[in-house]
Amino acid sequence: MATVDDVATGGPPEHRPRRNLTGYWLILPGALWLLLFFVIPFYSLLAASLFDPDGSVLTGYDVTFHVQNFGNAFWDYKEQIGRSLLYAALATATCLVLGYVLAYAIAFKAGRWKNLMLVLVIAPFFTSFLLRTLSWKLILADDGWVVDVAQAIHLTDALQLVNLADGDRLLATPFAVIAGLTYNFLPFMVLPLYASLEKVDVRLIEAAGDLYASPARGFLKVTLPLSMPGVVAGTLLTFIPATGDYVNDQLLGNTNTRMVGASIQSLFTKENDYATAGALSVILMVIIVAAVMVYVRKAGTEELV
Amino acid sequence: MAGMNRRTVLRGGAGLGFLGVSAAVLPLFGTPDQKQDPSRLKVPDRSESDPRLIISNWPEYIDEDDDGYVSTLTQFEKDTGITVRYTADVNDNDEFFSKVRNQLGSGTSTKRDLFALTDWMAARMIQVGWIQKLDASKVPNLHANIIDSLAKPAWDPGRDYSAPWQSGLTGIAYNKAKVDEVRSFSDLVTRPDLKGRVSLLTEMRDTMGFMLLIDGADPEKFTDDEWKQAVERLTKAKKAGQFRSFTGNDYVQDLASGNVLACEAWSGDIANAGDENLVWVPPEEGIMIWADNMMVPNLATHQANAEQWINYYYEPEVAAKLADYNSYICPVKGAQEAMEKVNPDNVENELIFPTEKTLSLTHRFMALDEAKARTYEKDYTDVQRA
Repeated sequence: MATVDDVATGGPPEHRPRRNLTGYWLILPGALWLLLFFVIPFYSLLAASLFDPDGSVLTGYDVTFHVQNFGNAFWDYKEQIGRSLLYAALATATCLVLGYVLAYAIAFKAGRWKNLMLVLVIAPFFTSFLLRTLSWKLILADDGWVVDVAQAIHLTDALQLVNLADGDRLLATPFAVIAGLTYNFLPFMVLPLYASLEKVDVRLIEAAGDLYASPARGFLKVTLPLSMPGVVAGTLLTFIPATGDYVNDQLLGNTNTRMVGASIQSLFTKENDYATAGALSVILMVIIVAAVMVYVRKAGTEELV
Repeated sequence: MAGMNRRTVLRGGAGLGFLGVSAAVLPLFGTPDQKQDPSRLKVPDRSESDPRLIISNWPEYIDEDDDGYVSTLTQFEKDTGITVRYTADVNDNDEFFSKVRNQLGSGTSTKRDLFALTDWMAARMIQVGWIQKLDASKVPNLHANIIDSLAKPAWDPGRDYSAPWQSGLTGIAYNKAKVDEVRSFSDLVTRPDLKGRVSLLTEMRDTMGFMLLIDGADPEKFTDDEWKQAVERLTKAKKAGQFRSFTGNDYVQDLASGNVLACEAWSGDIANAGDENLVWVPPEEGIMIWADNMMVPNLATHQANAEQWINYYYEPEVAAKLADYNSYICPVKGAQEAMEKVNPDNVENELIFPTEKTLSLTHRFMALDEAKARTYEKDYTDVQRA
């Protein structure tokens, strides 16, 4: 992973002292930006997680290093945290399957339609995230034909078997939330996948064929390993925001599909409990950072991301 | 080996340094007490020398000029020579609260002379001293004409700090094309044919008000035991899968499309939806009434103009014109007679002029201090995720 420091101190050694200084000047805007919009908010959040829980917005909060906040928040919201991770994981897996097929088709089979298809992948971003999610409510409405079809092919029954739906409906079920997450984050999966698939040298795949590898084997031994950076980047770009998402579960879910993002939002704005809200945010952040570190290590692609 | 050591030491040092700096810096992020003393946050009134008035209100809450029709606001400007800057930037009580909290909490100006917030938020702001007292001699219409059911809220019994802009009722709505009449709130939370197709409001005071009424408790004065019982009853219904969602302003669409068969609803929303199948009913247990209240914040520079505005909107003719536009409950006595001239069709409109009988069934939620409010809000959100 290239860091700011590498860039700053790199370069031929003969002009070193001068270069070094220029480098520091160059990172100054970035560093200030980070200080202002990352370090300070981060400390503010960390401070909120250590607030005295008896304070309130109006009477003021003191930082009393009340670490019990973390235990209480985790215990009270463990269900929502687990649910968020589960939904995000399912949505990421679905995105990976759908996105890989799409990216593969664009990279290798689209020919002159390539640019058009890429534009189509990005096109949804031209409308608001909220509007697009709201229109899913219309598509999956109880009296709509999508639900009729799903009932006819027993999709709703199948979903009920795996606990992703309750009753003969699609809207206001875990299925709808996961589908919404999948839809909203699919482009974040497709684009990095496309970027790494597009760089694959087709002659390598041809060589695999020349060496008597079946197409499937060739894919598994050549294409897939070469596209791993895209897979890792895509899954991270999907999983991380999906875990903290607070829109899909509120618009498409029911009261039993509440994810942790929505809980944090409600704690901050409705219940005015900054201490728990802060602690919960920090817990979520720690969980995601830990999960990502383990994942990147396991995937063994530290240099590739 | 030496390198390893050096590295370990450096890392350890950096870690300790980070912890030390954090421990020193973190307490700076505490937040101060935001109580203020309104009598010390008065500024010389500039209403005379600078005839302006800056107002924040909810969207679609005031009539507009339309060819030939002169709006109440334009008329006010003509009559008084005051230039009104009217902004519809109150979308949500909590959101508006966050918008002005830093200024009001630290005793600086919000650059506004008047804004309108719902009862509980109004109560909260008055309690912490962010609101200026109105000069009773400058708002005679308010005290003479306000309807009885809104005249004495527990949090501002003399209407010394606030004046209702419009008021509304919370009750039940159902889709009559899809389901039999729903008459009571206890039907809504228990009837088996509604299971999974009911939505409730996220407004704790509305929903819990009804839950208290089911058990015969008074939402304006209840005990902790009664509260507990109401919460338990709601939790039971929630666990049985009765509810599909807890909603904010966005429930009408689900009701109209049939995703939801019956729900807790605000009267004005159903009247404005323009869908014949949607019926609003006052629940048998009683009705929750609310109002959005105009208030003058600390350090407002045009308080006298604001008082003139309040007084103007408490003239029955003006109130009738306004109510004719937005179909919420008119808080002004005499407006019903004045409506005769404005729009005879609306004289008997129960959503604008509820009968004495309906009004006698209305309840308000009791005023809560900060700690109590948070406990109750927490209990209520706990139900929602039970």
